[in-house]
Amino acid sequence: MDVDEFLPLVLPAVMACAARPLSGRLPPRTATWLLTVTGTLLALASTATLAVFALGGALRLPLIARLGHLSGHVLRDGAQPVPAVAAVAALALFTSLGSAGYAMATQARALLDGARTARGLPGEGELAVVADDAADAFALPGRPGRIVVSTGMLAVLDPAERDVLLAHERAHLAGRHHLFRTAAHLAAAVNPLLWPLRGAVVYATERWADESAAARTGRERAARAIGKAALARSHRPGPSGASALGIGSALARRGGRRPGPLPRRVAALLAPPPPRRVLLVAATLALAALSVLAANDGAFDLHQLIEHAQAG
Amino acid sequence: MAGGRREAGALESAIMSVLQDAGEALAAAEVRRRLDGGLAYSTVVTILSRMHGKGLLVRTKEGRAFRYAPVSDEPGLAAHRMHQVLDGRPDRETVLARFVESLSGEDERRVRELLEGR
Repeated sequence: MDVDEFLPLVLPAVMACAARPLSGRLPPRTATWLLTVTGTLLALASTATLAVFALGGALRLPLIARLGHLSGHVLRDGAQPVPAVAAVAALALFTSLGSAGYAMATQARALLDGARTARGLPGEGELAVVADDAADAFALPGRPGRIVVSTGMLAVLDPAERDVLLAHERAHLAGRHHLFRTAAHLAAAVNPLLWPLRGAVVYATERWADESAAARTGRERAARAIGKAALARSHRPGPSGASALGIGSALARRGGRRPGPLPRRVAALLAPPPPRRVLLVAATLALAALSVLAANDGAFDLHQLIEHAQAG
Repeated sequence: MAGGRREAGALESAIMSVLQDAGEALAAAEVRRRLDGGLAYSTVVTILSRMHGKGLLVRTKEGRAFRYAPVSDEPGLAAHRMHQVLDGRPDRETVLARFVESLSGEDERRVRELLEGR
């Protein structure tokens, strides 16, 4: 067993550190795609590696060796993982698969709930206005997706700022941003090292929608609308204010020193759009490719070993 | 003219019920067609925009014309449904893309500074 076979287990930690800077420094659309694709590949590669380690260890069990008609002699000389590593890998593998299954079930239910709510909202058009003094607005994916805005939110925005809000939410629906978020959520469920990726992808999709709105209405107007809406929302802690104790705002609150997502979104709109940074994108993709290749190597080595053991 | 105001109020309710029955956003011309009063197009447009100004209707621009819809047919129910979807489930965050989150005190100050710095 080579050291590089461990790479797929280590590289997600690198990604965990890089996720937040990437989500802020790249154009948001690029960042969303890059983080989602990289995260998915890293999650798959690390799971494959765990499976290879676990299987390599299982081959040492006499029962498995006998069932597979494997030569114990070749297996002993082969470079499979030590039993402790294999046992830990097997445990991690089953935990990861269980967590992935659970995450898939909850995500599917969340999507179905969302689509059902979208159907049940008043009116037939894209926009549903609900009477509520708390300033709130969100996009609800479904067939078709809906944009829900509270009367409290409409009251604090002038017509031009309402355009920003609608363009922002439309961009979420048109870009199917929930799919990116779901993919990142699943990747983090498979490999907990990838947890920071979730927040980074959520942030990148918000920025993507912000930039789409800004392209229609102007950057400064978009910044002002978002800032105003957030200030209004924070000033009226109604029932929906309390419900915002979701994971995102809980994380934002904890980071007392670092600015939360919202000031960063406003600041990004008041600054020029981020440059493309091709090298940064290439480096991140290279990291994912390295991980996949290393996992592939590990699987190939195991395959060779089994063939030898069967022949010998 | 004394009856003018009362009539405007009656027209507002008539238009509101047309929009509520429609179940979708309607353009002024469609509203006029569904009202059997033989009203002038400009009268309908005036009343619709007045109702919009009062916050009774929302409008979206489609092509050159606005389409109007009632703010909510069942306000309590809709708000209730909305909170039901949102309430306290972290896995909902992937599905629901919220325009803005509540701010911490420090972030609130940062946003104010950013906006006032202009």
